[in-house]
Amino acid sequence: MNLTLRIWRQNGPTAQGRLVEYRVEDISPDISFLEMLDVLNENLAKKGEQSVAFDSDCREGICGMCSLVINGQAHGPERATATCQLHMRKFKDGDIITVEPFRAKAFPSVKDLVVDRSAFDRVLAAGGFISVNTGNAVDGNAVLISKDRAERAMDAAACIGCGACVAACPNASAMLFVSAKVSQYSLLPQGQPEREKRVLAMRKAMDAEGFGNCSNETECEAACPKEIKMSNIARLNREYLRATLLSE
Amino acid sequence: MKLDSKIPSGPVEKKWDKHRFDIKLVNPANKRKFEVLIVGTGLAGSSAAASLAELGYNVKVFCIQDSPRRAHSIAAQGGINAAKNYPNDGDSIWRLFYDTVKGGDFRSREANVYRLAQISNNIIDHCVALGVPFAREYGGTLANRSFGGAQVSRTFYARGQTGQQLLLGAYSALMRQVAAGQVKIFPRREMMDLILVDGAARGIICRNLVTGALESYCGDAVLLCTGGYGNVFYLSTNALASNVSATWRAHKKGALFANPCFTQIHPTCIPVSGGQQSKLTLMSESLRNDGRVWVPKKANDKRSPQAIPEAERDYYLERKYPNFGNLVPRDVASRNAKQVIDDGRGVGRTGLSVYLDFADAIKRMGLNVIREKYGNLFDMYRHITGEDPYQIPMRIYPAVHYAMGGLWVDYNLMTTITGLFCLGEANFSDHGANRLGASALMQGLADGYFIIPYTLGNYFAGSKLGKVETGHASFKEAEKAVSAGIQRLLAIKGKRTPADFHKELGALLWDKCGMSRNDKGLKELLAQIPQLREEFWKNVNVTGSGAEFNMTLERAGRVADYLEFAQLLAKDARERRESCGGHFREEYQTEDGEAKRDDNNFSHVAAWEFTGTEGEPILHKEPLEFENVHVAQRSYA
Repeated sequence: MNLTLRIWRQNGPTAQGRLVEYRVEDISPDISFLEMLDVLNENLAKKGEQSVAFDSDCREGICGMCSLVINGQAHGPERATATCQLHMRKFKDGDIITVEPFRAKAFPSVKDLVVDRSAFDRVLAAGGFISVNTGNAVDGNAVLISKDRAERAMDAAACIGCGACVAACPNASAMLFVSAKVSQYSLLPQGQPEREKRVLAMRKAMDAEGFGNCSNETECEAACPKEIKMSNIARLNREYLRATLLSE
Repeated sequence: MKLDSKIPSGPVEKKWDKHRFDIKLVNPANKRKFEVLIVGTGLAGSSAAASLAELGYNVKVFCIQDSPRRAHSIAAQGGINAAKNYPNDGDSIWRLFYDTVKGGDFRSREANVYRLAQISNNIIDHCVALGVPFAREYGGTLANRSFGGAQVSRTFYARGQTGQQLLLGAYSALMRQVAAGQVKIFPRREMMDLILVDGAARGIICRNLVTGALESYCGDAVLLCTGGYGNVFYLSTNALASNVSATWRAHKKGALFANPCFTQIHPTCIPVSGGQQSKLTLMSESLRNDGRVWVPKKANDKRSPQAIPEAERDYYLERKYPNFGNLVPRDVASRNAKQVIDDGRGVGRTGLSVYLDFADAIKRMGLNVIREKYGNLFDMYRHITGEDPYQIPMRIYPAVHYAMGGLWVDYNLMTTITGLFCLGEANFSDHGANRLGASALMQGLADGYFIIPYTLGNYFAGSKLGKVETGHASFKEAEKAVSAGIQRLLAIKGKRTPADFHKELGALLWDKCGMSRNDKGLKELLAQIPQLREEFWKNVNVTGSGAEFNMTLERAGRVADYLEFAQLLAKDARERRESCGGHFREEYQTEDGEAKRDDNNFSHVAAWEFTGTEGEPILHKEPLEFENVHVAQRSYA
């Protein structure tokens, strides 16, 4: 198939960005969106032009490195799918596709479609862990965890940290991301000793990074490639309230 | 050079305990005086960084991605082995050890593998403590499954995302140490060179992938945890940024490279669809627990799978290996797929795939059970191929997956360069000629959480390391050389892109050094690779400059290294005149077409010494001795 792409080009964090139009031809419907961009970049390279910078790594939907807002949607039109697993058969011959970076104050631009998501690392450093040193653990079966609870913790732990929730949110809120980690640990017995401290610290770090608050738009859940549920945000709010009361 | 594996004396089950007692310790107050540089943040790198920081060492970690959490360990699906014997089905440390040595086709070190089996249980305990949400039974205990040909259920898992959960666990421990000020993270950095001072590894040169600046870092030891080299084949299950450059550049500085020809080809991958594809996607081989592999009995049968009656299907694995059926080890399953495809019985549009059929399993257990067990894998398959595996059989084909070979390390995980350690997939150590399913995660975490914290201390306590700063002449010289290398790439301004060369190299290797190899093909390959390398350095076109975010330049540097490394891989494959594990030499097979080892001549680790890009590498052999495992021809019939 033949396509027209309108791609955001920006030569560095402070440079002025703009949409640039490109044509790609003979695209196989079986390849992924990123492989289509590879084809574009090969064409540009052959003409001696600079390739379009974009992030990707595993290309199987699990590392969370890929991003892109495609026709206004974070990770594109297919539900529960990261850009790397979005295939061209979702598009039609002759389509015009607009490709932009994940935009948020807390995700500053790096180049073209690449943004800096290190704010997520800093939020997790604030409390997204269980403080246990190597060598301290008791036997894995010493603490029983019901199957249901383990499954719910796993539902939350499936977050890949891509930032689509932030890009999709009109407030650029990171509540879905933060709530996934808070939920995972608050559901597990191992997470209990630091339960209050964790949620307070992560909330604080989240605000300090410049992420907005949640106003129940639910765009994050719709954009999430791993289908992390809004109910985690409800849990985060409960955990936060509980921790605030207990810490007084 | 004499290879000393430093394996402790005594019975195999006592070696690690004895070694832990014998090794020297660093006084707690002195640990903060040491600076450790860790390259790579997968399971091995993250767990090493966290554990060393917990002990009080100062750690700097470097990763190629924008966050340490994205390293490719994250993509491991199936699980992690441990000898817990929770299911009461006869497992033990001894059995895990035995199975792993046998699975590796008797080309690994007994002492290392025994230690790995011992540590496996601690890994599970620690990961549970870190909040890894492993699958559980209704009573709340940890769930286990049988995996990849094992006859006991020893695999722990977190849905089909075990690697993700284990890596995020290690990453969380790492981030805790970042918050504590013990670890500093340097993301979007690529290691360009290793710095030796007085013969010891004392630093690295990195390229900042955002600004293009070259940066020098010094330390008291360097740990390479940079994963495998499968991407030398262009198409593999590895992530795009996975590469051989860090280990290859260390090799060029004196670290021996061991068994590069031992490359694992994984049987259950989604088949290649066409020339624009950038990578192959693996589906957990747990699928083989319930799926049945088959092809039509007749060649060139173009009927749809449903139209082929039962009597005209060949369930070739069940037919040839009645005891193991579809659960034979990876190398056996892959080679058999190649064989039926070479016979013209492959299926799908390209003819380059075989069926993996769940119709019987769905009939037996019901759609819901299959959905619960494999739902995420079926969804992934549907996403990629556009076909619904609940309705029509999946199509699978083998793909390059894991590198058993890697930098040679001794029992302490130190390479032949003093102070340079290598952990995880990047080293050669524990899997011999073939890695068993669910053993990679085990090894990465064993090296990082439970081995290096001891052996690195032993190195520090036993060495007199002078102070080194990045102003040292060796850093300046290396920076200059790296910069010159980048300028050289940029100045060629030829006609072909780096990706184009990569693709051609990959096709050559896959054809002549893939699932099966022979002397004639390898000889041709060894002539073709230098020609391609020569053309690369005359005709590659790298656009943009070195002083900016430049994906084409990154790719070019990695491809340049692949073009050198591929030659060593082919050389090693040609030199190893036997078939074992993932290395199948057509000249050496039994009458039934099974791999035929030559224990008299090849029961050794082949460790190669670099002598210059155009020079002949020197082979050093570390003999393998088996005192506990009965060496036998592997048979799964």
